[in-house]
Amino acid sequence: MSPLQLFYRTTLLLGGLALATGCGQKAEDKPAAAAEEEVVVVEVEAEEPVLNVYNWSDYIAEDTIANFEERTGITVNYDVFDSNEVVEAKLLAGNTGYDIVVPTASFLERQIKAGVFRKLDRDQLSNWSNLDGDIMARVSKHDPDNQHAAVYMWGTTGIGFDEVKVAEVFPDAPTDSWAMLFDPEVIAKLSACGVTLLDAPTEAVSAVLAYLGRDPNSEDLADLAAAEEVLMSIRPFVRYIHSSQQINDLANGEICVAMGWSGDMMIAADRASEAENGIEIAYSIPKQGTVIWFDMLAIPADAPHPNNAHLFINYLLEPEVAAAISNYVFYANPNSASVEFVEAEILEDPGIYPPDEVKAKLYPDLARSAEYTRNLTRTWTRFKTGQ
Amino acid sequence: MSTRGAPALTKGVNRTASTAVKRISGFGLGAVWHGLRRRFRGLGRASVIGIPYLWLLAFFLIPFVIVLKISLAETEIAQPPYTSLWYWIEHKYLNIRLNLGNYQYLIQDSLYWTAYLNSVKIAAVSTVFCLLVGYPIAYGIARARPDRRILLLMLVILPFWTSFLIRVYAWIGILKTNGLINNALMALGIVDTPLVMMQTDFAVYLGIVYSYLPFMILPLYANLEKLDLTLLEAAADLGCRPSKAFFRVTLPLSMPGILAGSMLVFIPAVGEFVIPALLGGPDTLMIGRILWDEFFANRDWPVASAVAIALLLLLVIPIVLFQYNQARAAEAKS
Repeated sequence: MSPLQLFYRTTLLLGGLALATGCGQKAEDKPAAAAEEEVVVVEVEAEEPVLNVYNWSDYIAEDTIANFEERTGITVNYDVFDSNEVVEAKLLAGNTGYDIVVPTASFLERQIKAGVFRKLDRDQLSNWSNLDGDIMARVSKHDPDNQHAAVYMWGTTGIGFDEVKVAEVFPDAPTDSWAMLFDPEVIAKLSACGVTLLDAPTEAVSAVLAYLGRDPNSEDLADLAAAEEVLMSIRPFVRYIHSSQQINDLANGEICVAMGWSGDMMIAADRASEAENGIEIAYSIPKQGTVIWFDMLAIPADAPHPNNAHLFINYLLEPEVAAAISNYVFYANPNSASVEFVEAEILEDPGIYPPDEVKAKLYPDLARSAEYTRNLTRTWTRFKTGQ
Repeated sequence: MSTRGAPALTKGVNRTASTAVKRISGFGLGAVWHGLRRRFRGLGRASVIGIPYLWLLAFFLIPFVIVLKISLAETEIAQPPYTSLWYWIEHKYLNIRLNLGNYQYLIQDSLYWTAYLNSVKIAAVSTVFCLLVGYPIAYGIARARPDRRILLLMLVILPFWTSFLIRVYAWIGILKTNGLINNALMALGIVDTPLVMMQTDFAVYLGIVYSYLPFMILPLYANLEKLDLTLLEAAADLGCRPSKAFFRVTLPLSMPGILAGSMLVFIPAVGEFVIPALLGGPDTLMIGRILWDEFFANRDWPVASAVAIALLLLLVIPIVLFQYNQARAAEAKS
């Protein structure tokens, strides 16, 4: 037998195996699909009572969906993602079948331009007035007049750190400053117990620019070059660059300082205190300012159940519902009426609901041009690979 | 060998089929039956040849043409995020616009070439390790008692029943700083500080070798199992030591299996994305990651498609050349 014959035969064999397992998986999915079809037959007049939601992972309270289903009789198919890029690729390809997606505002901004979303019908959103005016004004920089989306949760990007270990390796560490990450002398000391960065190029570069006192939303290539110089100087001291792994690693004590999203750092703190391993995680918003980001509830233009989607958004805008989610996921909600239902521990945490003077320093993460993004990605690849 | 066996087999099948037909066609419907049978046989032959071609058309050629089309477009903030290659002017003139800039861009920026070379390096090293580990396993299975071979082969194939992704994730649990290996080594007092194995090139090599090992073992086994043992006996009779007989008889005869297995490991390993993404460090530069960046981070579907087409051509051309040489060698023999 020639090598090519062997090659083809084994490929066929393995292909057959893959198909066999693939078919097995499909068969499991079928009951759900069949159930949906039955529902269609029952209710013909309006929309079928189905809603397809695509949200971030670990980003909703345990009973939010169940309560909505119970109240409305709508069956919710709840799908999760863990990166804006993946959502965007699906949305741009079209026909996602989702009725609600939750992209971050900087991504939403570009997606609106691409014509991905339908405008919200405010007449169907009686709870819209619960939304905080300041937050919605900030969001209107991404979505003019808030026509396409409501804020789901918002947060900041800052520094999560292990108080005990940091005090050990560097007693006077400037924990309230980006110098923790971007000053080579500081990070060199901290690297003894492990420092990580988010794999989020725009946020990391804008944080460096804020540290340097430059415009964080600059698209000037000279600013980018300055940021790259800082990044390259700290590269040897960065353990890894990842967007979710640092949560567990902080809680386990594998690392001691991480650039991270506010809620993730709270989750790490929570996991550490549950494990009772003596690790205490704190989160700080650097004094030079940082990104304030918003995750947005939006309805795709080709959503099959837009009315149900409006019902769901209106439900999430109820004060008790929004508060229950904040209490569970440790992210701030934009619902000013929900304040009385949010647990004091969360409401008073300056890392989650920052005081006004800190809030004044937060800057939006605006969508960048395609040309700048290309340069940014290139810089980020050089930084990640260290070459 | 196999081609010589095939005609005999079909002849046998035909003969039993026609005797069966003779028995049924006792009523005088024989002529009709024969006509139908001839027609169906023609149809059967066409479908036997046609189905693989349809398969290739639907799952290889059409996707390839779509990717090629996107690679010649330009980006746009739209849904989908690239321009159309053609449009009609006043319903009369067809305007076609091809953009070769994406390919030019690949050549200008050294990143793509570096990433490609690095991918080839990682794939080649992994292939060598797969061969070193897989050959003894395949050899062992081929020499095992026939009733045990099925069981051993099952053990090789068994991991395929679990999701590939979960198996790679399992390695994270084994390799991480307070994972299985480090905890064991620390408990035994062999090391004081945990070894850093995750996010290194070592973890990527390990992941690839582990994941693709069956692709090396199966063709090698298929080849070694057919090896004529009398050749080794003859070598021994002529005073050849077993180790020498292995290198002079077994190894050269198993060359086709080695080549087939190596191709099966090397080709998918070059474009591998999941393993370096999960196990590799940020400095593990592979073409699969670059492709991801182009597609997701830059939202530049045309350049991403151009990277994919270039990768495909760089992989396919050597294989086509190889096949051509093989065919010529086979012709020269006969």
